[in-house]
Formats: sequence, structure tokens, C-alpha cells
Amino acid sequence: MDFNDTPEQAAYRDEVRAWLSANAEPRKDRPSVSRRLDAEEGLLLAKRWQAKKADAGYACRHWPVAHGGQGRPMIETIIYDQEEANFDVPTGFFSIGLGMCGPVMAQYATQEQQARFIPPLMRGEEVWCQLFSEPAAGSDVAGLRTRCHRDGDDWVVNGQKVWTSGAHYSDWGILVARHDSSLPKHKGLTFFFIDMKSPGIDIKPIKQINGGSNFNEVFFTNVRVPDSQRLGAIGEGWQVAITTLMNERLAVGDAPPPDFREVMKLAAACELDGRSALEDSSVREKIADWYVEAMGMKHTKARTMTALSQGKVPGPENSIGKVVSASKLQNVSSFGADLMDMGGVITDPSLMPSDALFQQSFLYSPGLRIAGGTDEILRNIIAERVLGLPGEIRVDRDVPYNDIPTGN
Amino acid sequence: MNFDFSDAQKALKQQTRDFLRAACDTTVPRRVLEDADEPFARDLWQQIGANESPGIAVPEEYGGIGFGYLELCVVAEELGRAVAPVPFSSSVYLATEAVLLGGSEEQKQRLLPGLATGETIGTFALSEGPGLATPANLQASFRDGTLSGTKMPVPDGDIADFCVVVAKEGDGVSLALLDLGGSGVSREAVETLDPSRSHARITFDGAEAEPLGEAGQGWALKDRVFDRAAVLFAMEQLGGADACLQMAIGYAKGRYAFGRPIGSFQAIKHKLADIYIKNELARANCYYGAWALSTDAPELPVAAAAARVAATQAFHFASKENIQTHGGIGFTWESDCHLYYRRSKLLALSIGSERVWKDRLISGLERQEAA
Repeated sequence: MDFNDTPEQAAYRDEVRAWLSANAEPRKDRPSVSRRLDAEEGLLLAKRWQAKKADAGYACRHWPVAHGGQGRPMIETIIYDQEEANFDVPTGFFSIGLGMCGPVMAQYATQEQQARFIPPLMRGEEVWCQLFSEPAAGSDVAGLRTRCHRDGDDWVVNGQKVWTSGAHYSDWGILVARHDSSLPKHKGLTFFFIDMKSPGIDIKPIKQINGGSNFNEVFFTNVRVPDSQRLGAIGEGWQVAITTLMNERLAVGDAPPPDFREVMKLAAACELDGRSALEDSSVREKIADWYVEAMGMKHTKARTMTALSQGKVPGPENSIGKVVSASKLQNVSSFGADLMDMGGVITDPSLMPSDALFQQSFLYSPGLRIAGGTDEILRNIIAERVLGLPGEIRVDRDVPYNDIPTGN
Repeated sequence: MNFDFSDAQKALKQQTRDFLRAACDTTVPRRVLEDADEPFARDLWQQIGANESPGIAVPEEYGGIGFGYLELCVVAEELGRAVAPVPFSSSVYLATEAVLLGGSEEQKQRLLPGLATGETIGTFALSEGPGLATPANLQASFRDGTLSGTKMPVPDGDIADFCVVVAKEGDGVSLALLDLGGSGVSREAVETLDPSRSHARITFDGAEAEPLGEAGQGWALKDRVFDRAAVLFAMEQLGGADACLQMAIGYAKGRYAFGRPIGSFQAIKHKLADIYIKNELARANCYYGAWALSTDAPELPVAAAAARVAATQAFHFASKENIQTHGGIGFTWESDCHLYYRRSKLLALSIGSERVWKDRLISGLERQEAA
């Protein structure tokens, strides 16, 4: 066991560090650049940064050369991401495009389409979004209702998508729609990529419980999509969607703060019964729990990285990541507010420790337990795919979609 | 980055697992549990000694085989999985480590060869009854080469040959080596939550003993021994937790209710997923602890405490939810569920409760912060 890079990896890390130092500012103890700016300004900066990265050969390094990457081992992408996390650079706008849309285009689009779409996607010149979830199809995404029907060389799409990150600034999107409601639900779906500026697309931001708007509702009214933008065969939409979800970028970054470090700092500064709250045994026990979870995740990622570093397929242990980190964030946030006692309700950053980070994440964290697979769905996945327990008994699998009860 | 055991270490783990599967299926801990006259599985202990497992991390010059602590860690995990009813943790993680850390050259030469083959069984005595032992409330005292006082529960105290005793000496605390067969020592078995591992109440009245380590430095030495032992205990707990998960999965697949396997119900799926999550968090912390132990890293106190806390939580959760998954049958004496449930609590309280280790963890973080 050792935690050192191989000489080759160390050399690559040095190179990355040198390049980052020459081109970006180190991260400071303040909100990141993406948080300080409004979305439009942030996007502009992010596009510039992504292009710079791509020019230097650090974007999508592990992608095959044929798809615009460098064909390098995944570990180099991870090393880059680890190092980049120490710098204050605008990121996040392209994660859906790079993590899901790029790989699905690489697998299903024609050579000409790949040549047209992948380079600008990789350079951040065009932003992509993902249109899967619907008001009546969240965890049960195969139950989606957005319809499409063939009309000449086009398809015509009608319906509504929801929880689409970045739809308002995206140029392109990937979409699953139902072409035949008389087939069982998984069999009547077809997959497309679409121009987000097409006539008939109406985008409305969703206001979240924390007041922010990171997601949108997207309405489709007679939106025409050329058949040439179909990915996979008619009726193969579910398989294509599953491939896309499998391609979700390996989560190797740390969960957003606050974590045990921030609570520890806060507790050291808070007074409880006339002494530092950090001396209180109930506070110490809680922080110890979160430390153990945080280190458990960190070292689990180290196990995953070890496998990747040796060119092996990582084990299933990485599947625990989001279940643990989302709940931890919610609990840490709530506890941080508790430490401030009655004053813990204040959300004005100018009045609060850590610029009201605990209060902000208290309102933001419920979303993390739902986005990208709810806690419940993730536990099903662990139980079925990792532990080998029998699948759900499904009452809707082999019946025509039209006949499935829908409730409210 | 190579955060994994080597192929040779993995092979040792598999070999140990195969050996224990044959030599220590659950009928063995059950036999010891049920038979008051058999305090430990003597036959199994002899085989473990013949495999030289107790001496894995003991240097060759003291009669061990001189592998490292990563090798000892993989063996510990398998002993935990097998609920092995042997004094391995007392003799290897505690007594051997105490002698290695605190012993004079002469003491090492004299004691380690026997410990390394399992012919000598050592143990470690801190607790004096219900309640947390502290330097301030210790009653046992060491003066002019003699020990007086009572220790209980002493793990394997009824079968061990010698014991490292934590005792007051003057204003400080010292460790003393006590020959349990000597005069002035009386011992009797005490009943505990896990009769598959015997425990004793030991009384010494002016019993002759020799100092281990410097006078007055006993508490600090005990802490160092416990930091090292914590990783090894955690590995045993991890093995036990994984055994519970596997047992629960097996049952959930085969037991039918309402016309379907109970493992197809989300109430059971989510329970087992939660066991898996806790086990994986514990595994990652244990591996890091193993690394810190094997390299004697400055991170050891915090890494050991994190491994200990995570593995204690994991084994406790897995053993109780394994019973729950089994339903009524899991509460019967005939089911093996209680072997793990008992062992999980025994290991959770050996070398100090979860609360104590959480406090050590935060203290370690505070020291790191201050440094």
C-alpha cells in the first residue's frame, strides 16, 4: 500500500500543476468564481476556461483519439480534476455535456455528426443539456409521456420535461420521447438530440426551496426534429438512455462543504455552557461520525482510483458515494445552525459565520438527496446490482403503456 | 496510488479464509459458547499457532515470521468473519504489542518467541469493573515489585499465562508484567455477553510482577498499544460485519413471504443496502488504519480511531439488522445470528467504547490542527 503516484503519474501531476499555476488563481477561502458571478458572466468565463483547457490537451483526456480525446488512462483525467479543484476556476456548466451527451454521441451519432458536434462540445463552445425527467416520470423515468410521431423526414415532439439543468443557456439537448403508447413502456421510446433553439421549445426556470434556479421546465409544442438526429433505432430509446446514465462521470470530487472541518471550526468558535462547544462531548461525537463518513468516502475513492490506476474496472464500492454525502451535508448543515442556537435562523451572510454557509446548505441539501437518483433508488440499485437481491416485482412491465394506471 | 493489499497479502487472506472455513465453521464458536468447561477452542488455537499466525508481525529475531502488519490485518479480518473462539486479540494485538513497544530486550527475548507460536498466551488488564477506567480512578497498585488489586473483565484472563496490568505506581501509572500462575494471584471466570470468548476476574494480593516500560509512563504506553490494537480489532469487526451481511443476503434470497423472496421487498433491500454502506465506509477507514499501522505513520492515532469507530458501528448495525432480517428464527438460540450479535458487542467494548474512541479521534484532530 502506498499513496504515492507512480513516477509517470507524478510527472503528469507536476505538469498539470505547473500549467494550472500559470493559467489560474489558487482557490481562496471565499466563494468560488462561479458563485460570485451571475450565470451569464460565469458561463462566458467558463467557456473561455474550457477552451483553454482543451487547447492544452486537458479536456476529456481519456476519450479515444477518434472522439477528440487523447486516449489517455482515466487516472490522468482524475489527476487533472484533483489538481484543478485547488484553483478558482469556473466549472460545472459542461458536466452534463461532457459526462453524458458526449459519450452518447460518440457511441450512436454518425461520423459526420461526431465531427460536427464533439469538438465544440469539448471546447465548451456549445453547451448541452439532458431532457429525461418529466413531472410524471422521475424515478420511473421509463414511464415518460412526452410524445413524438413521424412526419416526413422529421419527428414532431409534444410534451414536457422537467429538472433540466442549464436548459436556458444550452445549445443542444438529448431527449427521450414516446413514439408508441401501445407498446410496453420500455419498448415505445426513441432517443434524439435536438437544437434547443428550435421553434416550439419554451423554457421556464424552476424556483427551488433555497430560492435559486438551477433547473428548468421545458415545454415542447410541435417541435420538429430531423430523423437524422435520432440516436439508436426507433424503439431503442431506453437502451440508449441507460447507456447514457452509465456514462455519468465518475464522481471523484469531494462533496460540497460544509463538512466535518467546517463544523469543527464553527464549534471551536461557538460557546456552549461557558466553554468552547468543541469541548462538549455530544458535539465531539457528532463530528467524529462525520469525520468517519468523510474519510470513508475519501478512502473509498482511493480504492476506486487504485483500480483505475492499475487499469482495472473499479468495484461497486463507489456506489455508496451520493447516498452518504447528500445526507451528511443535510445533517451537518442542520447541526451547524443548531450550534448558533437562536441566531442560527439568520441567513444574511454579512451577519453570519462562514457567510451563512450552513443556512444556505440547509436549504440546498434536500435537492442532493433527490437529484441524480433518489436515496431510495440508489439503495435499490445497491441491493439489486451489488448485493444480488431479486428485482422488484413490476406490475407495469409487460402491459401496453396505455393500460398502466396513472393515479393523480 | 496503490490503496490495496498486494497479491501476496490477498492470497494470505484467501488461505486464511479457506483454513478457517474448514477448521472454524460456526459450530466451533457455538461449541465454546455452550460448553462452560471449554473456555476456548484449544484445537483451533494449536492449528493457528502451527500456521505461525500469532507471529506474523513479530520480527524474526524474536521468533516470529517477520511479515508486516498488513499481513496481520488480513488474518484479523478472517478471524472476525469466523467468530473464532481463540485468544488471538488478547495475546497478539494487546500482549505482544505491549511487549514489542514497552519491553526490555531481555523481556522481548524471553516472551515473544512463545507468543509468536501461540504456546504462550498473554493478555492485557485495564478495566476494574463497570465504568470507564482513568488514571485517577485506578485501584490496582504496583509497588516495590508487587501488585495488589482486582481486574475484571480480563479477556482470556482465565486461560492466559501472563498479563500486562495497568496499575498505579506512586503518583503515576505503570504497566506491570504478571505471571498468572504465580503466588498471590487468584482468578475465576466471569460470565459475559459472549461466552465464546472467556473472561476472568483476577485478584492479586502482593503478587510478584516486573515493570514493563518506564515507571510512570504506563498510561501513555497503554494508549500507544491501544492505537495499534484498535486497527486490528477494527479489522476483526469488519470481518464480522461482512459475515452478517452475507448471512442476511443469503436468508433474504431464500426466505419467501407473501409469495416472494423477502429480499425483493424494499424494506429489506434498503436495510441490507444500509449494512453494505456502513461496511464499505468501515472497510475504507480500516484499510487506511492498516496503512498507518504498517508504516507507523504519524496519522496512526486518528486513523486508528476512525477505523475503530467505523468498524464498531458497522458490526453493531450489521449484527442487529441480520437478526431483524431473519425475523423470529433469528432470535432463537439455534440460529447463528446471536454468535455475531454477542461478538459485536464484545469487540465494541474491548479496548474502550465507541464514545471513548470518538473522543480520542477528535482529540487527535485537535492536535493535528494545533501542529
